[in-house]
Amino acid sequence: MLKIEDLHVEVDGKPILKGINLEINAGEVHAIMGPNGSGKSTLAYVLAGREGYEVTRGSIIYKGLDLLEMAPEIRAAEGIFLGFQYPVAIPGVSNIYFLKAALNAIRKHRGQDPLDAIDFMKLSKEKAAIVELPDELTKRAVNDGFSGGEKKRNEIYQMALLEPALAVLDETDSGLDIDALQVVAKGVNALRGPERAMLVITHYQRLLDYIVPDVVHVLIDGRIVRTGDKNLAKQLEKDGYSEVRNAISP
Amino acid sequence: MSTATEPIDEILKKTYDAGFITDIEQEYAPPGLSEEIVRFISKKKQEPQWLLDWRLKAYRRWLEMKEPTWAKVSYPPIDYQEICYYAAPKSKDDAPKSLDEVDPELLATYEKLGIPLHEREVLAGVAVDAVFDSVSVATTFRDKLAEVGVIFMSFSEAVQKHPELIRQYLGSVVPVSDNFYAALNSAVFSDGSFVYIPKGVRCPMELSTYFRINAANTGQFERTLIIAEEGSYVSYLEGCTAPMRDENQLHAAIVELVAHKDATIKYSTVQNWYPGDENGKGGIFNFVTKRGLCAGERSKISWTQVETGSAITWKYPSCILKGDHSIGEFYSVALSNHRQQADTGTKMIHLGKNTKSTIISKGISAGHGQQTYRGGVKIMRGAENARNYTQCDSLLIGDKCGAHTVPYVDVRNGSSKLEHEATTSRIGDDQLFYCRQRGLAEEDAVSLIVNGFAKEVLKELPMEFAVEAQKLLGVSLEGAVG
Repeated sequence: MLKIEDLHVEVDGKPILKGINLEINAGEVHAIMGPNGSGKSTLAYVLAGREGYEVTRGSIIYKGLDLLEMAPEIRAAEGIFLGFQYPVAIPGVSNIYFLKAALNAIRKHRGQDPLDAIDFMKLSKEKAAIVELPDELTKRAVNDGFSGGEKKRNEIYQMALLEPALAVLDETDSGLDIDALQVVAKGVNALRGPERAMLVITHYQRLLDYIVPDVVHVLIDGRIVRTGDKNLAKQLEKDGYSEVRNAISP
Repeated sequence: MSTATEPIDEILKKTYDAGFITDIEQEYAPPGLSEEIVRFISKKKQEPQWLLDWRLKAYRRWLEMKEPTWAKVSYPPIDYQEICYYAAPKSKDDAPKSLDEVDPELLATYEKLGIPLHEREVLAGVAVDAVFDSVSVATTFRDKLAEVGVIFMSFSEAVQKHPELIRQYLGSVVPVSDNFYAALNSAVFSDGSFVYIPKGVRCPMELSTYFRINAANTGQFERTLIIAEEGSYVSYLEGCTAPMRDENQLHAAIVELVAHKDATIKYSTVQNWYPGDENGKGGIFNFVTKRGLCAGERSKISWTQVETGSAITWKYPSCILKGDHSIGEFYSVALSNHRQQADTGTKMIHLGKNTKSTIISKGISAGHGQQTYRGGVKIMRGAENARNYTQCDSLLIGDKCGAHTVPYVDVRNGSSKLEHEATTSRIGDDQLFYCRQRGLAEEDAVSLIVNGFAKEVLKELPMEFAVEAQKLLGVSLEGAVG
């Protein structure tokens, strides 16, 4: 589904990603772990198409298409979802109104008829239940005045509604207490499926106790230095990133 | 994120769709302002002596007055001797009696503006009194309105047919010496609309006027007077647009509303005059005095405005709450893009007991736009238990624009209650990216955010115009984020 080859990315002229190779198939959950500043969020933003991230070399092929040629909204319509580390607030625009507009834009791209308000509400209720998002929050302005945990649950609720093919979750665990983490993880697990791939970006192994990945990558200084199964995450937790760092540059 | 502003700038640069010029023979007064010109206008309109005297009095007052400078707007000095104060399209007959008699080119102009009179007549059930430069060219639905006794006609016609009403109410809410522009308008006003709703009548349809400034170098000095007798109701919509020209055009209108006991007047404006180009060249100078008098008990006046056009906007639709239990409302969305400057707000003057006012102002600044909310709440000694709620919010798009809030409060009794809330926010690249990541195109994202911001005001507009206003906000913002 996703194939990244020799990806080099600069931000303001500074190299951040220095040759990423990564392949994710439908049905797989990959985790990317790494210390702060290793380029994890940069990778997430490049996949979603945020401006200001300059790809200087390499390619990203998504569903056989050149992802780097697509505008962010087209990528979204093609099934890429980014769960933000810091979701922004949009005052005055209610969550459900926003999502209905988004979902119908995506449906339009796919040649489907727009959902009317009644069908949408039904769908929204169903999806909100997955992350135990109170009805009241779906009607409040997008992320406006939400707590950290509410924002993250809102991200997963949005993901559930938009049903992406590839979900990139950027530090979804940050700022969550253990109860909230379990709710969010439960939501994510509910969305796992043979047609859907996930890329879970995290700093800590903790999240991976709840969202068990098929493959774990370690990202350091803009390169994937280790790839393994879920046990790699456990090992990292025990030894720390410096151990890996030392191992790769003795 | 170096070039992140570009797409938004693109959106904001969308051209002004209403910019075209109609080629119709005009009848001009020579440029300049003098007693002679005032007499010329009055004579052209075959006005009675008392009205000429009234105009001349206003003109003489105007000569003694100075242009106000307190508003936060800057523009080159206006040479009042270079402006033409009268321009009327020549018609073959004296005046068209129905739409069929109206100059086809004139009607085509309205078509281009998207206000086909025929269509509006049939589909929307709206009576349109269209003002083309200075003379009313078509008034529709007159008969239907006449059945219930509603008078809806051009101001000039009303001077001829209902001189007693005009004489009684003209200048009763906005006196000739009220301010510089009001005095100027009173001296040279060319036409406008007159509405009279008799006692107990609920006006059966929305009344609507589309103003349009067409001739080059002609100021437009409209005058609207609406009288709602006891227990009556009227909803009036004013839409404005003007063609694109390089030079600036002056517009100084007056609107006077009088609501008697238990009467309600709802006055909505969608103003889309040419704002000038992105470098601030051209555009309308809009200096308008709008005021309503809640004369009777439990009367109510509600102003709703969506201001997206004009290079300069200087406008404070106000309410004088004289009757006990009377209510004044002001709902405003004002948008300044490119080099537009808007200094707008309201005055609520509480005189009667238990009077109540609500002010909801939403200012949107983009590009190099400057936006000032200026509001005054005055509660006089006798206005026991008066209430005011004010909310003014500003939305900034990009980092070159400005928003300013200047509230004045003057309370002279201890039993009144006032509340004031204000917020300022900004549309950021992060918000836009968030929306786009969810599948919304950038334009739609901007429009969504802006309409969310303006929602409280838009819902006050009559349904069909709310949709129009919503679109207008989107279009006016094309090219505005940074």
